[in-house]
Amino acid sequence: MDLNVLWFILVVVLFTGFFILEGFDYGVGILLPFIAKNDQDRRMVINTIGPFWDGNEVWILTAGGAIFAAFPNWYATMFSGFYLALVLMLFALIARGVAFEFRSKDANPTWRSLWDGAIFVGSLVPSLVWGIALTNLVRGLPIDATMTYMGGFFTLLNPMALLGGLTTLALFILQGAIFLSLKTTDDLLARAIAITKKVAPVTTGVVLLFTLAGYFMVDSFTPLGILAVVLLAATVWLTQQNRFGAAFITNSLGIALTNLTIFLSLFPRVMVSSLNPQWSLTIYSASSSPYTLKIMTMVAFVFVPIVLMYQGWTYWVFRQRISREVHLEY
Amino acid sequence: MDAVTLARWQFGIITVYHFFFVPLTLGLVTLVAVMQTMHYRTGDEIYQKMTKFWGKLFLINFAIGVATGIVQEFQFGLNWSEYARFVGDIFGAPLAIEALMAFFLESVFLGLWVFGQDKLSKGVHLAAIWLVAIGSNLSALWILIANSFMQHPVGYVLRNGRAEMTDFFALITNPNIFFQFPHVIFSGLTTGAFFVLGISSYHLLRRGDNMELFRRSFNIGIVAAIIGTLAVGLFGDAQGKQLITSQPMKMAAAEALWETEDPAGLALFALIDETNKRNSLEIEIPYMLSFMSYSKFSGEVKGMLPLQAEYEKKYGPGNYIPPVTISFWTFRTMVGIGTLLIGLALLGAFLVWRGQLEQTPLYLKGMMGAAVLPYIANSSGWLLTELGRQPWIVFGLQKTSDAVSPNVTANMILMSLIGFTVLYGALMVADLYLLVKFAKQGPDSA
Repeated sequence: MDLNVLWFILVVVLFTGFFILEGFDYGVGILLPFIAKNDQDRRMVINTIGPFWDGNEVWILTAGGAIFAAFPNWYATMFSGFYLALVLMLFALIARGVAFEFRSKDANPTWRSLWDGAIFVGSLVPSLVWGIALTNLVRGLPIDATMTYMGGFFTLLNPMALLGGLTTLALFILQGAIFLSLKTTDDLLARAIAITKKVAPVTTGVVLLFTLAGYFMVDSFTPLGILAVVLLAATVWLTQQNRFGAAFITNSLGIALTNLTIFLSLFPRVMVSSLNPQWSLTIYSASSSPYTLKIMTMVAFVFVPIVLMYQGWTYWVFRQRISREVHLEY
Repeated sequence: MDAVTLARWQFGIITVYHFFFVPLTLGLVTLVAVMQTMHYRTGDEIYQKMTKFWGKLFLINFAIGVATGIVQEFQFGLNWSEYARFVGDIFGAPLAIEALMAFFLESVFLGLWVFGQDKLSKGVHLAAIWLVAIGSNLSALWILIANSFMQHPVGYVLRNGRAEMTDFFALITNPNIFFQFPHVIFSGLTTGAFFVLGISSYHLLRRGDNMELFRRSFNIGIVAAIIGTLAVGLFGDAQGKQLITSQPMKMAAAEALWETEDPAGLALFALIDETNKRNSLEIEIPYMLSFMSYSKFSGEVKGMLPLQAEYEKKYGPGNYIPPVTISFWTFRTMVGIGTLLIGLALLGAFLVWRGQLEQTPLYLKGMMGAAVLPYIANSSGWLLTELGRQPWIVFGLQKTSDAVSPNVTANMILMSLIGFTVLYGALMVADLYLLVKFAKQGPDSA
């Protein structure tokens, strides 16, 4: 296996980690206005992800950095091509990041509801954008011979891509709902469970639709997609049995497989050109030099396991549920 | 305005804004870690209260620093795609390493520090804040390694129509980094120190309930201020000496030196006529620039016009002179403030030593205002660093005008620029509101 393939795998791993981890904290942010009845509820909901969200977000920053380092042409074409969509997402992420820290630092209800709005929108927009973006990579975009994106903002909003956006959105909401079922108590817990049971079948339907659409419209790699649907169905069943720990695992695997479906359909390309197959960016035409890939591989092999260890440890430290008795930092 | 100009404005606004928050993060996290260490070692409750009070202000600042930092990871692709293609083989590596080595460390351990007080042992909780401090400073190191390549490219070869890395070790030991990194780190410490000094001065003036806490905060702040300001000056001076030879055009612009001089005089004041390429008025200390450059009263310092001629021969026709007026005055602003801050730090130490601090309200009032000075100096320093490199984005290799994304139109940039400005403006208002509120309330509000 050459290093170009290895770095493609690493990018997939980073996106998978991002979707599984930040998936639940986006989901929690989206569910915030629906599950919380009062300010105390809202604080408890936000505190379930308090120690985690920032570390989770680093997965996407690292994915961005890894794409830049390993596939600079992919980085250049994708981010300049998705300009307005990405800027919109950055606005959302910036407001969201500040909101967690700021919202409970003042008791004024208008202040708090403004930041709660930022958390909601800031979680919703990236959940949609990433699905839209990744689906467009496979579906194909007007990319010319110089690797330059020739479309506009609305080129990105085609039905297939929107379905992709809906798919990540649905998966993240479910992921968030299951997470809340694991991390809350009392009436919040009851509501989280009720939402989870409602959302799970809908999400399964959306993923099924996405898998079918992928098969008919972009010739994507379906066996894994079918497996994702099976895992989602298992999630539905597990939530009905109130086995949320297991459901979190099956849903995480469902997310991973949906993500993998997209990336495997891409491979060895990283961005498909709809103008001419020859103009698609591949892991070779978009990549860094072998020397840089070698250096980055050494760095990744040392630091990725270290990061996984200490980040995993935080999930152990904060394994307790958030109850009314717990001191709330946010 | 054309797309290049707009893209540069956007980069400038986004980055300078981000760097309002970064230096305070770098400095204040270290001071908070020191305070918590003192609590850990002495068990004195005041230090715990102190850690909480300054920690809260640190978190408010940190939130915006982190949030606005997200853009930095993406904006080279958004607006500078040709730059990303041309140097991605080199420039992407430190950025990715920064995320992997530093961002994870600071975010994960900050979460542990904020939420883990009751769940972690005291020692582990203390280690968490130190790891945040290490993460933040590592982050600065890697981004400066990336930036150093733009100022002074090393360890590369031009191949396949782009710059490719040939020597990672040369990249991370860029001569530029040895002065730029400590210069930035200590300006962060200075920013944190004067922040603590300013707010402590406010409370010492008001003679409220927590006098002892703010006295000790002031003492910690003054030690940090002396270390910070002196080190910034020393490394800045060393950096200047290195730039004279490695980036002569930038230094010539910073000194408004049009012709080569030996010995060279230092212009204290100049009316710069950029169109006719001369200074219409200049107040100069003879020999001084040679002395600052080479520590002796002779030595040639190259002027912009001979350098321009040299670069035209080397790189082809074009204007290679950066904006002189801005370079000249940002340099003077930075150095002037740096010198003033050294004076204020030494004066404060003297007053503390003589037990006169609280009897000198004028000094305390002055220190409240002085808290903003490091911000102005930090921004001036970056404006000089980046504008003084123009017209290049990577010196000698790629011009800024060739680096922008060809498919991102002026209108698109205008939209995003307006969006960023409005959002950042609103966040600044919210940030200042919270900082002022909690700074005034003092340690008892928590």
